[in-house]
Amino acid sequence: MNVVAKTETGRALGDAFAVARDRLPGKGKIADQRRQAFEAYERSGLPHRRIEDWKYTDLRALMREVLPLAPAPDAAALGRAAAAIKLRAIDGVRRLVLVDGAFAPDLSDLGNLDKGLSIRPLREVLDAGEDALSAQAFASDTSNPMIALNGAMATDGVVIDVANGTVLAQPLHIVHVASGATPAAMFTRSLLRLGRDTGVTLVESYLAGEGAKAYQTHDGLIVAIGDNARLDHVRLVEDSVDAFNISSATVTLGAHAQFNTFGLTSGGHVSRYQLTVTCAGEGSNVETNGVNLINGKQHADTTLFMDHAVPHCASREIFRAVVDDRAHSVFQGRIIVRPDAQKTDAKMMTRALLLSDDAEADNKPELEIFADDVTCGHGATTGALDESLLFYMRARGLPEKEAQALLIQAFVGEAIETIASDALREVAIATAQRWLQARA
Amino acid sequence: MSLLEVKDLQVRVEEREILHGLSLTVNPGEVHAIMGPNGSGKSTLSHVIAGKPGYEVTGGQILFKGEDLLEMAPNERAAKGVFLAFQYPVEIPGVTTWNFLHAALNAQRKARGEDEISSPAFLKKVREVAKSLNIPQDMLKRGVNVGFSGGEKKRNEILQMALFEPAVCILDEMDSGLDIDALRIAADGVNALRSPERAMVVITHYQRLLNYILPDFVHVMSKGRVVKSGGKELALELEESGYAQFEDAA
Ligand SMILES: Nc1ncnc2c1ncn2[C@@H]1O[C@H](COP(=O)(O)OP(=O)(O)O)[C@@H](O)[C@H]1O
Ligand SMILES: [Mg+2]
Repeated sequence: MNVVAKTETGRALGDAFAVARDRLPGKGKIADQRRQAFEAYERSGLPHRRIEDWKYTDLRALMREVLPLAPAPDAAALGRAAAAIKLRAIDGVRRLVLVDGAFAPDLSDLGNLDKGLSIRPLREVLDAGEDALSAQAFASDTSNPMIALNGAMATDGVVIDVANGTVLAQPLHIVHVASGATPAAMFTRSLLRLGRDTGVTLVESYLAGEGAKAYQTHDGLIVAIGDNARLDHVRLVEDSVDAFNISSATVTLGAHAQFNTFGLTSGGHVSRYQLTVTCAGEGSNVETNGVNLINGKQHADTTLFMDHAVPHCASREIFRAVVDDRAHSVFQGRIIVRPDAQKTDAKMMTRALLLSDDAEADNKPELEIFADDVTCGHGATTGALDESLLFYMRARGLPEKEAQALLIQAFVGEAIETIASDALREVAIATAQRWLQARA
Repeated sequence: MSLLEVKDLQVRVEEREILHGLSLTVNPGEVHAIMGPNGSGKSTLSHVIAGKPGYEVTGGQILFKGEDLLEMAPNERAAKGVFLAFQYPVEIPGVTTWNFLHAALNAQRKARGEDEISSPAFLKKVREVAKSLNIPQDMLKRGVNVGFSGGEKKRNEILQMALFEPAVCILDEMDSGLDIDALRIAADGVNALRSPERAMVVITHYQRLLNYILPDFVHVMSKGRVVKSGGKELALELEESGYAQFEDAA
């Protein structure tokens, strides 16, 4: 018997799923998977602080309810989205745009696809009834209720395949835009499959149309990196000040594969990003780095599960949080070393900089090591800007905010420097500078 | 008008009075030496002039060109022309010397209502100064003072002094930790900056530095007060007889 009392929220959402179901692509097996995923979600409802992984990000308190599904974008919504994209355009990328949870072909670059590159909207794949592919896209982690919910509700996304041996010179850029007409929820799910010996750079950004209301964006990215392949990933969260962004990425690496990911969160009201990386092939190498730059009442949570399943893999993590006003930064990092994963080399280093007395940073590093011949370590520090450095800089003529800005840039620089592409590193630096300038 | 006037300055740190009514008048073109044993309050004086937080001024005043210096933020003081060469210059990892100096110089110029200096003009200027002080170019690309030797840090202070062209330079123990060659280079750098408009306050524990930078006036500090003032011969007198004779006077 189900004795879990349903909250108001749960009930409203149950209705929402019933209402939305007809709009959700995928029949038969997929529809069954969605229903099961929704039931998995419903068993817990919105996660709260008594669930260990959500201790610092109590969605029941912070988000309270899941909003109704956003309507498919009309011409006006697409226009607002286009304007938002223009402000944050990145040169030289192949742009793939999702507006309010729907793939927007007119805003996307689908022409002149490189040989070996295939890009399709998820909706099309589901409508075509491609079972194997659909199953992979919906192989959702039901232990996380928000990933389960994402699987249940996903309306669209992109499915990207890169054939063996293909190295893409042009980065792919998935842009998630909330057009912002009405407060609504959007659910997207994307799949990226890199064949053997491939090389890809993927940028993801989250943007909002001007004057966007309190929207909720839920994305799930599933990535499979083949043997000897390399993925460089940069994720920029610049949602609007009232927005919720509850997203996840699930990444699996083959043998001698390389995954280098960098995330920068400066936007949004509440964000939670769960990154699960599994080294499934020997000799693979992972760098997961990130920066939070938050102020006001922002809450930004990055939760990393680094799973070393096989021997001879290395992972490095550098995370920097800069927290001002009453903002709250959360970093949880769990390194799991399975019994077989001998010669694992895994390190995590997290540092938080508090710029105000009311700012808060929680760091929760965890090591779960079941193999004996490994090198693993983690470190975490939290502190304020060094007063003696600030005075020195001010004595040379720099106003306080400018001196702080230089020290903050240096602080986050160590993480930003890990971005391999010069152009994308510049984009991240510019994003950080925008944040610093807004402070000054 | 005097450039810098310290009048009956009383300063506390953590409830304890460190300076008990200190006075000092510095006019344009003058070089003043302040000598005194460790703990006599020399660095405290330099910090209060530069505006370091944590000091409570309980009495007296400091005027710079007739303006109340104590009312100004440290960066305003710098822009007006007050420069402190630190006894212990800090290391700033991740901020290149180059970037730091450019940002600081432009901040000062902006505060004075002057145009910003362009990168090429700045580059030229820094190169010239660095060369005269025997500072290798690649030091400018490193984090401020990061991995610098004691002598390099002091030379970097003089470099900044030359770059900012301040009206009053306070040099806090610039001789500490320098061997004789490094001392000579640093002193030459300081001497090159002497001018009829600019004043220097050279704080030192030892008379040795004053062989290289000849002062017009020497003040002896002890226990938070100036206990004796005189010409440069006072420095030699101190060298022979030590500070002990002044301890009682304080
Ligand atoms: N931040 C501080 N907290 C407590 N005492 C201090 C502090 N700074 C200086 N003092 C004390 O003030 C006195 C003068 O110190 P200082 O100005 O550094 O002397 P000097 O530079 O002449 O060696 C010393 O007794 C020192 O211990
Ligand atoms: Mg001292």
